[in-house]
Amino acid sequence: MSKTAFRLNVNGQDYEVLVEPRKLLSDVIRDDIGLTGTHVGCEHGVCGACTVLIEGKPQRSCLVFAIQARGQSIRTIEDVADENGDYSTLQQMLHEEHGLQCGFCTPGIVLTMEAFLKSNPDPSEEEIREALSGNLCRCTGYQNIVKAVQKTILRGHEEDKEIASL
Amino acid sequence: MKPSPFTYHDPHSLDEALALLNQYGEEARIIAGGQSLVAMMNLRLAQPDHLIDINNIPVLNGIECQDRLLQIGALTSHQDILQSELVRQSCPILTNAAAHIGHYAIRQRGTIGGSLSHADPAAEWPMIAILLDGEMEIAQLSGEKRTLGARDFIQSIYTTDLAPEEILTKISFPCLEENEGWAFKPFARRRGDYFIVAVAACLTLDQSGRIKRLRLCLGGMEATAIRLDEIEQGSIAHLPDENWIREVAKAACNEGNPVDDHNADVEYRRELVEILVTDALQDAFKGTQRG
Repeated sequence: MSKTAFRLNVNGQDYEVLVEPRKLLSDVIRDDIGLTGTHVGCEHGVCGACTVLIEGKPQRSCLVFAIQARGQSIRTIEDVADENGDYSTLQQMLHEEHGLQCGFCTPGIVLTMEAFLKSNPDPSEEEIREALSGNLCRCTGYQNIVKAVQKTILRGHEEDKEIASL
Repeated sequence: MKPSPFTYHDPHSLDEALALLNQYGEEARIIAGGQSLVAMMNLRLAQPDHLIDINNIPVLNGIECQDRLLQIGALTSHQDILQSELVRQSCPILTNAAAHIGHYAIRQRGTIGGSLSHADPAAEWPMIAILLDGEMEIAQLSGEKRTLGARDFIQSIYTTDLAPEEILTKISFPCLEENEGWAFKPFARRRGDYFIVAVAACLTLDQSGRIKRLRLCLGGMEATAIRLDEIEQGSIAHLPDENWIREVAKAACNEGNPVDDHNADVEYRRELVEILVTDALQDAFKGTQRG
């Protein structure tokens, strides 16, 4: 089948790719662009490991054809830590709370929860677990992931207070 | 697995999309959110030769309410429906149903029109559309439109009345009445799964506290969700007391013609119906007492 050339914007950078229309966004991000932090688990939308942000919204990159994401901004796990490699608060808390073991599901969880906390900055534990329910983790039992998200929220509140007291 | 090859089309207007559909007919599939279709393509359960992407047709997207009729564009995502204040105020059972669909990331991309056109017998939107007698607006190449009630639109498992050249463009739901009680009770083993059995109900009372209208719908008991017309009619002018709820739950669990499958056998499904109808009617009754 014939390949199509188009441009994808990933983590603020434009990439020219030449791929078949049937190629999934997850595969283009990994194979053609070379960003292998996006993990591919089930390839039918169940496990959540391949979740990336498209226009700021968490979406399964295995359920989108790369050609459909032309002209949209895509963000992957490689863009979550800052340019010095310092973790985001959520990443740091996952590290401190042992919110991962093998780490296969972690990129999808980080992107899902980064987006979730942006749209819902003060969720209940129930809401956190609901948002997390689309990401399978076979190591942790989720407990420490929930703790890490809760600590991220607390840290945000502390920073707000510090700013208010200045 | 990976999808089989296809030609990708990216129409920017409804007319363009309809022309493509007319040209390729059954060789083509429309992709909206693709949250079921792409999974099926990855598993090669679907192998369309032509994929027509309607995501760049903005006219298909949006929510408005006119003359007590909530109108939702087919391309509107589950998440946009879930977050819509207009929906929450005029037809809150839709907000509740949207929250049960798939997972957070799936809801961002999946669409109401896609779900209805796919017609999975255990999906939320087909069931709610049947409960509320939603109206489907369907576009045809000739520029004509036709509208069809949900019960005629959804015909069987993965089967609708849509012809290969047609596109579902809009879904209209009558707004709930003031003080109308409602409940949506799906049962699934894991969060985000398709339900095994679900019950949905809407209830209004007259000024003397007797039942003015009941709408009651079961999912998971047949190839499509079913309305319990006889029970609905028979409930008019009844007092909505515990006795009535018990009788309706007993009668409802004998309705439908469910199958044994790996999720549940017939007995189990019937037992679930009895429990869920009881829960649903209790909640719906509470809802009528709010005002």
